[in-house]
Amino acid sequence: MSKIHVTTTVNGDPVEFLCEASESLLDVLRDRLSLTGSKEGCGTGDCGACSVTVGGRLVCSCLVLGAEVEGRSVETIEGMAEGETLHPLQRMFIKHAALQCGICTPGILVAAKSLLERNPDPTEEEVRYWLAGNLCRCTGYDKIIRAVLAAAAEMREAS
Amino acid sequence: MPKDHGIGASQKRREDVRFLTGRGRYTDDINLPGQAHACFVRSQVAHGRLNGVDTAAAAAMPGVIRVFTGADFEGVGGLPCGWQVTDRHGQPMQEPGHPVLAQGKVRHVGDPIAVVVAETFEQARDAAEMVDVDITELDPVIDMKAALADGAPKVHDDLSSNLCYDWGFVEDNRAAVDEAIRNAHHVTTLELVNNRLVPNAMEPRVAVGDYNFATDDSTLYTTSQNPHVIRLLMGAFVLGIPEHKLRVVAPDVGGGFGSKIFHYAEEAFCTFAAKQLRRPVKWTCQRSESFITDAHGRDHVTKIELALDKEGHFQAIRTETYANMGAYLSTFAPSVPTWLHGTLMAGNYKTPLIYVNVKAVFTNTVPVDAYRGAGRPEATFQLERVIDKAAREMGIDPVEIRRRNFITEFPYATPVAVEYDTGDYHATLDKLLEIADVAGFDKRRAESAKRGKLRGLGLNCYIEACGIAPSQLVGQLGARAGLYESATVRVNATGGLVVMTGSHSHGQGHETSFAQVVADMIGIDENMVEIVHGDTANTPMGMGTYGSRSLAVGGSAMVRATEKIIAKAKKIAAHLMEASPDDIELKDGRFSVAGTDKSVAWGDVTLAAYVPHNYPLEEIEPGLEETAFYDPSNFTYPAGAYACEVEVDPDTGKVTICSFAAADDFGNIVNPMIVDGQVHGGLGQGIGQALLEGAAYDESGQLLTGSYMDYAMPRAGDLPSFTIDHSCQTPCTHNPLGVKGCGEAGAIGSPPAVVNAVVDALQRAGHSNVTHIDMPLTPSRVWAAMQG
Repeated sequence: MSKIHVTTTVNGDPVEFLCEASESLLDVLRDRLSLTGSKEGCGTGDCGACSVTVGGRLVCSCLVLGAEVEGRSVETIEGMAEGETLHPLQRMFIKHAALQCGICTPGILVAAKSLLERNPDPTEEEVRYWLAGNLCRCTGYDKIIRAVLAAAAEMREAS
Repeated sequence: MPKDHGIGASQKRREDVRFLTGRGRYTDDINLPGQAHACFVRSQVAHGRLNGVDTAAAAAMPGVIRVFTGADFEGVGGLPCGWQVTDRHGQPMQEPGHPVLAQGKVRHVGDPIAVVVAETFEQARDAAEMVDVDITELDPVIDMKAALADGAPKVHDDLSSNLCYDWGFVEDNRAAVDEAIRNAHHVTTLELVNNRLVPNAMEPRVAVGDYNFATDDSTLYTTSQNPHVIRLLMGAFVLGIPEHKLRVVAPDVGGGFGSKIFHYAEEAFCTFAAKQLRRPVKWTCQRSESFITDAHGRDHVTKIELALDKEGHFQAIRTETYANMGAYLSTFAPSVPTWLHGTLMAGNYKTPLIYVNVKAVFTNTVPVDAYRGAGRPEATFQLERVIDKAAREMGIDPVEIRRRNFITEFPYATPVAVEYDTGDYHATLDKLLEIADVAGFDKRRAESAKRGKLRGLGLNCYIEACGIAPSQLVGQLGARAGLYESATVRVNATGGLVVMTGSHSHGQGHETSFAQVVADMIGIDENMVEIVHGDTANTPMGMGTYGSRSLAVGGSAMVRATEKIIAKAKKIAAHLMEASPDDIELKDGRFSVAGTDKSVAWGDVTLAAYVPHNYPLEEIEPGLEETAFYDPSNFTYPAGAYACEVEVDPDTGKVTICSFAAADDFGNIVNPMIVDGQVHGGLGQGIGQALLEGAAYDESGQLLTGSYMDYAMPRAGDLPSFTIDHSCQTPCTHNPLGVKGCGEAGAIGSPPAVVNAVVDALQRAGHSNVTHIDMPLTPSRVWAAMQG
């Protein structure tokens, strides 16, 4: 079967790739575009390690086909910092030590950024429920929640 | 005032920037030129005779390079077990073979039978479905007690039964313990299950094998907590490759929790196949596959009896435990229910007589081995649950009964073979009562009651043995390895340092905290110290990271190596300043001659070591690089006290954690911020065990909880914010840093607090018949308990 030609935007850059019809967006990102920041933790949409946004919508890239992003805009962890200037969420994750092994971290950051775009002033409970789709086995979530709330406060002040 | 550098400072983690920007390099991010992909064909039945494997159709599928079966591994060694336990009668445990690919029989769902290697993973997976496996299904044994019944099907035909060992500890105490329990004023008995858990590191296991025919070198990239251990086990026992021809690399690793200690078949397969095929071979575990191949944890069924005098003093403890080994002996499995469990049965209390019996059982389930805490959570859970039950039966406050029995003098030799060097259990309990605001509980309970909720308070103490381990002692106990750690400190000419450690960081922040230790000793900026780990090619032979050992053992090796560096540097400095080495002092990165104003900088000395123009070459060698191996003289004994408050919904049985407080004594602390995170993570896993997690098999041996749809992992909405404190510090007396280890405490100490709290809530609500509920405390179990 012939491959599908896809033209899209990834982290603001125009991108073209060929992929199989059955190939997930996650596999395209990792194997064809060498963007290995998105991780596969389960392949079934239960862990959130592969979280990206497509057209501004938070998705598990393991459940989206590569062919589906034709003409869309994809944002991954690799596009979160502006060059070497970290996003406030990334800085607050360092300040609060909100990560340990780091494997779930890209997905959590992408999901948290998506939350703050919708709700700049979330309560602790809202953060916990929004991030309930992202599994972390290392931190017990405590510092992640604190870091997201701190980043939200800083971003509100800056805006 | 918090410190801003060196030991005791909450330095930000230097590893974080690469993880936060998607630039970590984990094993699955590694792809080698010409790489082929492996897909395993696994048993779908729990027990069966393997009559044949027809690979013809699979081999003809597109992209298939070769299909491997057990026949390819007939001349290859099996996966070794690293610990031999001796039973009550002085006999060695029954130790079955553990082939890389099944030979003649399959013994659990997930047992590997064949492997397809193809150009792409999709091609390998498609072809794997075409492998025709002819199996005659046999009756499986799943329940441990049924597995020990006369006439039960045998997991291993060549063993006399499914009993791996029947261990008694201390066997000589048995009669005295029986006697004390017979004559006691009061005996509290509790039967309980320590539920089977699936470790679920968020990074699934991955292995990439590579072989260079021109040099005959093999390389394995793998998700391991201990690359040197894998190199030794796989090289020496499985594939017959000497260490100098085998390199094992464990790069960034996405969590371990014990499950990445062990040597797995897939590592041996990829290394073997890469040599056979002259191509790199990669295997990436699917999550559904990890549920049925990663070693599980816990799975004990226990009866514990506690004898007390009329004042509530503990007189004797007797336990009988059935410990599930699963279908094969995983690398350290036999040690978990014995030396990591029986030795902790004294807890924080001076009980004069203790007898622990453990029957380890083979069943047709996934092998069970160490998982965060490993044996110590099982000991703590039964002890702290039975103490709570005894307090209730005797009408003594649960805090008071613990205080009455605390060990208060150190060193203290327990009746179960270990000697606690130091501790202060009243101090951590006092701290706990303060930070948990136990005094305010009644008010909070009344407030909950107004909302129709049943509030309960549970607390407990814990102790663990960490800093694993004194090699000579564990050798006597059956370990087939030493458990020292190593470090090489290489000082560069311009003064920067590279520290190569046998420890491995997979989330613990070693790159930050280890640098703090070395920089503090010399008095230089931490950014001058780089920590290297995870590659056997550039680190000294070390035993890796598990058992809360890295700082206590690996950090101590680093201290010893740095001491050697400083001693040599002082000699060089003495030469440069024409003084005696005995008069040289090192402070803030400068060497000075005592009592004078003469001094030279750290960098002057390191440069002299590598540019030895003015140098005492007849007395000392040029260069500045030292290695040390550190073997501890004892375990370390972190201890503490935990409290949990819950609300139970009387209509549904749903338990909500309102608060959780932990007061720990970890001895000295290098990076308080990192320690906080270690405690948090342990609490998350312990609360997960208590409320949510449990691996369930049906009677045919199918794992019912084989995905995240069925196995309830703790999520952000399930856990509270934690209140923790580690200001109570009794430094370890026998390692140079005075540290004890903190990685497992949370997982060890938290399950009994949660269960004690739920039982307390129900008791206070009038359910006086509820004395125990087995974990996980799901709404249905709690609701059923309330219905009597």
